Amino acid sequence: MEKPAIDVAYVAELARLELTDEEKAVFQPQLENIVKYVEKISSVDVSDVPPTMHGRAIVNALREDEVRPSLDRETALANAPARTGDEFMLPKIVEGAES
Amino acid sequence: MSELYKLGIEAAAKGLAKGDFSSVELTQAVIDRVKAENPRIGAYLTFDEEGALAAAKTADEARANGRAGMLLGIPVAIKDLINVKGQPCTCASKILKGYVSPYDATVIKNLKAAGATCAGRVNMDEFAMGSSTENSALGRTVNPYDVTRVPGGSSGGSAAAVGGDMCIAALGTDTGGSIRQPASFCNCVGLKPSYGRVSRFGVTAFASSLDQVGPMTKSVTDAAFLLQALAGHDEMDGTTPDEPVPDYAAALAGASLKGVKIGLPKEYFIDGLDPEVKRLTDEAVAKCAAAGAELVEVSLPHTEYAMAVYYIVAPAEASANLARFDGVRYGHRSEKSDNVFNLYARSRAEGFGPEVKRRIIMGTYVLSSGYYDAYYGRALKVRTLIRRDFEAAFAKVDALLTPVAPTPAFKIGEVQDPLTMYLNDLFTIPSSLAGNCAISVPAGFTAGARLPVGVQFIGDAYREDKLLRVAKAFEEAR
Repeated sequence: MEKPAIDVAYVAELARLELTDEEKAVFQPQLENIVKYVEKISSVDVSDVPPTMHGRAIVNALREDEVRPSLDRETALANAPARTGDEFMLPKIVEGAES
Repeated sequence: MSELYKLGIEAAAKGLAKGDFSSVELTQAVIDRVKAENPRIGAYLTFDEEGALAAAKTADEARANGRAGMLLGIPVAIKDLINVKGQPCTCASKILKGYVSPYDATVIKNLKAAGATCAGRVNMDEFAMGSSTENSALGRTVNPYDVTRVPGGSSGGSAAAVGGDMCIAALGTDTGGSIRQPASFCNCVGLKPSYGRVSRFGVTAFASSLDQVGPMTKSVTDAAFLLQALAGHDEMDGTTPDEPVPDYAAALAGASLKGVKIGLPKEYFIDGLDPEVKRLTDEAVAKCAAAGAELVEVSLPHTEYAMAVYYIVAPAEASANLARFDGVRYGHRSEKSDNVFNLYARSRAEGFGPEVKRRIIMGTYVLSSGYYDAYYGRALKVRTLIRRDFEAAFAKVDALLTPVAPTPAFKIGEVQDPLTMYLNDLFTIPSSLAGNCAISVPAGFTAGARLPVGVQFIGDAYREDKLLRVAKAFEEAR
């Protein structure tokens, strides 16, 4: 059997997205179809064609690097799912570290 | 008086200026209408009545003190991915349930500065991914012209609110057709401005090289008034050039199609077109000709690749943009996580719906090592060819006329396959990739089912003034 062009379970892991077995079974053929469809661009001759990154190219929209007021700490933390004091709270990140 | 909710911006502003009614009365009429109709249509997710009436009172007081303006005291419905300080902003996703905006988007700041009130939040496909609003995780919106059908999407709530007279005007966003297709389905005018014409600061990002905010209104003139308030440079959005904003309403004066060159791209008049959409598009062409326009066949030879390019570029950008939803700083956090990887992966699994998941996977795939050049890198180059097609066409014509979508509004649940759903954007995607402005204008109703159908005019980048003129003249000739 030919290897599928896209391995949904593997790519979902790269995307930090846990899928159920049922989702994997549904998405796998759907995404194979979509990948197959978009492969039609492989027949276009793009030699010497530069890429277009944006709907309208603006190069280097710069401003002065200066400190300006932004959201205060309370406002920035207001939507946090968990906080401790003035910080966002997360599970322990470094293996074996004291939490 | 009781039917004030039927008014568009132009008529409402006139009535307010003459003192025929107050903004409080206008707002109350809209609130009553929403209360009566929303249980059936589902256009709004939330409506802050108290806030709306308070803002209307402030507008009335300002007017009494001599202030004027086309948007002063006008209630505008806001698509649920645009931040309004103190209001929910969920993007119709479970992952943002309970989120309250800490600041105003620039477009909202601009609307408020013009005196408009933004109290109602309208439904959409989750994170603007979809063409029917069926992907909303928070509510069901139906088409006000036939409640067994979809309103289109992703700005389906905006279109249903305008088409169902549940607001005076609305804001939508368009990445590949999300303003124009629902406008066509719900009998409204929907304008996608040129890329960068309107700031996206404070608008939840889907595909950053394509996203634009635009007006959804009851007339072309109303779209011009709303665009006037939205358009312009914003130092918070580096993609908005510091170019002058024309007076759009003034550009409409004496709008005529006489001598206007309208291009008909042959790649858009395909066999798969619904016969009634074809009939109404042909009639629109004939009306333009009768009104004095010169019709020219043009070719946009890379049209057939546009959808493939879009379904590489848009998911790629979406997968990067949606990485911010990880359960850390805001939004849903899974309670079933014991380490950071699980916290990300499970929060996202529980928070996102199926279409969003599909696009994140697709986008991650085309950006992944070994596939980047073949998919994403190549798509950007084909995008250049698509843009060049439009540049060549606009060297010859003033505007292009095309169908908006291949069909009128379809039945709820009718389209199940994702790729089939994507085909809805066949005619709206190419101009999005090229960065042009484009507008959907009502063209009439299908025989039998009497469903609204719009026609699309595409304009040269940053020539919204010219595009609106053509659209206005068509509206009058119709």
